[in-house]
Amino acid sequence: MSVPPRPSRLRYLTSGIVKENPVLILMIGLCPTLATSTTTSDALGMSAAVAFVLIGSNVVISLVRRFVQPEIRIPIFIIIISTFVTIIDYALQAYQPSLYRVLGVFVPLIVVNCIILGRAEAFAYGHGVFDSLLDGIGNSLGFALMVVVMGVIREFTASGSILGKALTPAFYRQAPMLFLLMPPGAFFLIGILKALVNRFGIGKG
Amino acid sequence: MNPTKIFLGAFLVNNILLMRFIALCSFFGVSTSINTSVGMSAAVIFVTLLAAWVSWVLYHALLAPLGLVFLRTAVFILVIAGLVQFVELFLKRYVRALYSAMGIYLPLITTNCAILAVTFLNIDYGYNLLQSTIYALGVAAGYALAIILFAAIRERLEDSPISQSFRGYPIAFVGASLISLAFLGFASLFGITL
Repeated sequence: MSVPPRPSRLRYLTSGIVKENPVLILMIGLCPTLATSTTTSDALGMSAAVAFVLIGSNVVISLVRRFVQPEIRIPIFIIIISTFVTIIDYALQAYQPSLYRVLGVFVPLIVVNCIILGRAEAFAYGHGVFDSLLDGIGNSLGFALMVVVMGVIREFTASGSILGKALTPAFYRQAPMLFLLMPPGAFFLIGILKALVNRFGIGKG
Repeated sequence: MNPTKIFLGAFLVNNILLMRFIALCSFFGVSTSINTSVGMSAAVIFVTLLAAWVSWVLYHALLAPLGLVFLRTAVFILVIAGLVQFVELFLKRYVRALYSAMGIYLPLITTNCAILAVTFLNIDYGYNLLQSTIYALGVAAGYALAIILFAAIRERLEDSPISQSFRGYPIAFVGASLISLAFLGFASLFGITL
């Protein structure tokens, strides 16, 4: 009883970032990770959209969880999630049209992102509002970490720059290595990252 | 747009799994054996076609005239979930042979993003009902082709001596990368762009 509740709450925030990283450890939410990590700015944009939906749906689901019968919880989750997806879909169309054009169908597809339904089912439905908020933030950061790491690597190798800033000599930028930018390269890169995680035992225990 | 081009574009050039990265969860989850891949593919082809029709009619007959276009995300996902339940009950009651072949894959399909993506893309591309049908068929056939090819490779990987770090997912990703590289060869086939 001498253990204060604070460290355990902090764990909700941190577990999603590295130890239970949704993408690299649990291997869910792969589609947006591979598809929207072509450049750093797209990766940041997608991370923000997913964070909005994940945090919002986690909070709302934990708020209403006492009124939701277990038998109909999945349709209720889907309606709540799709509400947030519709909000971000229209907000991006209105305020970030160029980003929206790049992300395309992946914005409405956030509704079937396994990370979001997974956190609703595994966490928000059984925990309080504040804990669900922390869990949503943690998992959003975990997703963002992976997408942005891949975005930085792919943008850097394919154009020699990060966030549009040139970081390599001109001769590299004239004939850069495009492999990682293309679909096969995305599969290859995440395979290598996963192998590194296995090699160094990150996320175990 | 030419129906052949729509089909080939969806089937090969813009293959939903290998080029567009949609429905990867089931791609890696189900492709551990050829049998499960064939069952899943059959279920995907069946439900994608039905979902494309139902969502197209709903959108153009109900949502668009009433000015409720903003509801499409919620409506489409709920329609697909309901449709899958209905198909499961119908097959269980009336078509036992088909149910035993793909029954267990049907519940998994609700969260298969390929189907939801097809319903959205049919609207975004402005396809009519016939074009939507052909597009849905092309996407589903491309899904089947990619997942069955990939399953064949993964069955071989089971018995291969692979270094510890690469076992399981990492080598599967590298395999997917190589198939994807092969599919990149279809780019600009018959002038169809990526």
